[in-house]
Amino acid sequence: MTVFEQALARDQRIEPRDTIPDAYRATMIRQIAQHAHSEIIGMQPEGEWITRAPSLRRKAILLAKVQDEAGHGLYLYSAAETLGADRGDLTRRLIEGRQKYSSIFNYPTLTFADVGVIGWLVDGAAICNQVPLCRSSYGPYARAMIRICKEESFHQRQGYELLTTMMGGTAQQRAMVQDAVARWWWPSLMMFGPPDGASPNTAQSMAWKIKRHTNDELRQRFVDMTVPQASALGVTLPDPELRWNEARGQHDFGAPDWDELKRVISGDGPLNHQRLARRRQADADGAWVREAAAAHAARSSSGGTA
Amino acid sequence: MGFDDAYDALTDHDDDSRWAYGTGFTDPLAGVPADVPDGVSRADLATYALMLGDDALILSHRLQQWVTRAPELEDELALANIALDLLGQARLLLSRAAAVAGAGSEDTLAFGRSAGEFHHVRLVERADADFAQLVGRLLVFATWRLALLDRLTALRDPVLAAVAAKGVKEVTYHRDYAAQWVVRLGDGTAVSRERMAAAVSTLRPFLGELFVAGEVESRLGAGGVAVDPGEVLAECRAVFRQVLAAATLDPDGLDPGDGDPGDGDPGDGDPGGTGRDGGERADLVAILEEMQGFARSVPGGVW
Repeated sequence: MTVFEQALARDQRIEPRDTIPDAYRATMIRQIAQHAHSEIIGMQPEGEWITRAPSLRRKAILLAKVQDEAGHGLYLYSAAETLGADRGDLTRRLIEGRQKYSSIFNYPTLTFADVGVIGWLVDGAAICNQVPLCRSSYGPYARAMIRICKEESFHQRQGYELLTTMMGGTAQQRAMVQDAVARWWWPSLMMFGPPDGASPNTAQSMAWKIKRHTNDELRQRFVDMTVPQASALGVTLPDPELRWNEARGQHDFGAPDWDELKRVISGDGPLNHQRLARRRQADADGAWVREAAAAHAARSSSGGTA
Repeated sequence: MGFDDAYDALTDHDDDSRWAYGTGFTDPLAGVPADVPDGVSRADLATYALMLGDDALILSHRLQQWVTRAPELEDELALANIALDLLGQARLLLSRAAAVAGAGSEDTLAFGRSAGEFHHVRLVERADADFAQLVGRLLVFATWRLALLDRLTALRDPVLAAVAAKGVKEVTYHRDYAAQWVVRLGDGTAVSRERMAAAVSTLRPFLGELFVAGEVESRLGAGGVAVDPGEVLAECRAVFRQVLAAATLDPDGLDPGDGDPGDGDPGDGDPGGTGRDGGERADLVAILEEMQGFARSVPGGVW
């Protein structure tokens, strides 16, 4: 058994100084980078509502939340850099479409209720996915996840609180909430990935302890957690097959449209093009600024202003 | 660190630690008396609070428009933070205006007024064409506001003084951030130097208004409640010269002159008129459509 295998067997963390097999390193870089990309692209759907938020308090909460997401992106790119990756290179891979981000962010945000529903369902699903990653075998990632999960759980509560406030408002507001829940429910279930039978990498990831539960286990946990919250809120989840199964002690629920997930992942979702175009534009528009900073820093460190 | 600690860390209930960058859940005005000082016109004080509040609200809006567009992730964080600080100041100041006037709230003032009822300076209104314009304007605004807030902390309205004391710490950082970027861009590449110099020249027509007291400020100034903006001219001029010199740009590029507002000649790029009196200007109308449109489309909405 190699030192790496022994560490995994003992549930010890793998650290940057350790001898790390190439396949594990490549997989970890990809996993962390995709998570980082998701945080950065994930700023867009809600970010579009900052300037349009209907109260100054909600505007401040939303601005702080979107800022947190940029912060998460920053920690995660740093965690990827401990494996020898370079942030600039990872950004290139994102904007050239060579690395993925979470498919959920390719759906549009049509009203301010979407901000609340993203907090409740999308952040809720992210938390189900991510809390187990606080026990990822890769140390820097696991430690970054602790802080990220804390902030995500705060965002989730804020989203739910916005929805309860809106449900206590006018009929128009209640209709907005219900409409947003209906649109985001299935995409939220897809956040856990394809069903276990169609997820070929799960076994290796479980063996490496960089994935702790299967997609279907996490999806079930999310449904069981969310159903009572929906009922407390007074909204209907758009699944006629959703019901409590006494024998299993869990909810039965319908299957998401897996063909839709495939389409969105392969770049054909409602807003894939727009999301990447925005990121690409920001990168291109900022190039002269980054070049100026580098030129100034080089001149300052060489001790003159020639 | 054992694996189990990760879960323990998630279950602590210290709400402060859940925020990477706080929005201030504690009331920054706790314990501050809210009375209007003797002999001060409530109408004037409310207008003055709106002037200071609208400056922050409108510039915050322009910074919010940069979210997801910054040149680098660190700047995403910094710009969102500055926008959040200014929004926080605006909320306190609009709330003070509503309380002094005895009507409305921060939200009725932000979402219920039309263009003619806003009181910010013209400087904060226009959109940034590029990052050089962003940091150039922020340098001017933060330098000016820091000088105003610093003096306001010693004046007679207890609420404005408390808001100013909180704001001084924030705006000091904003000024530092902007100054560093003006220097990097001015003393960066040929392209950045040209853009920074161009950005500076677009700001000049907006400088005059910053240093001239209107009637409300003059009346309140006499009562020890408002800062005379003419008093901060020398300090601002010195900071602008220092930063532009470090940026290897023309040190007089942001000279506000003798503090007279522009001469109104459109050939000089003078915007004509001041912002303090409001007006149906295209930039402002567009900002308000974006800021107020959704809120107004939900009558009776609670948020």
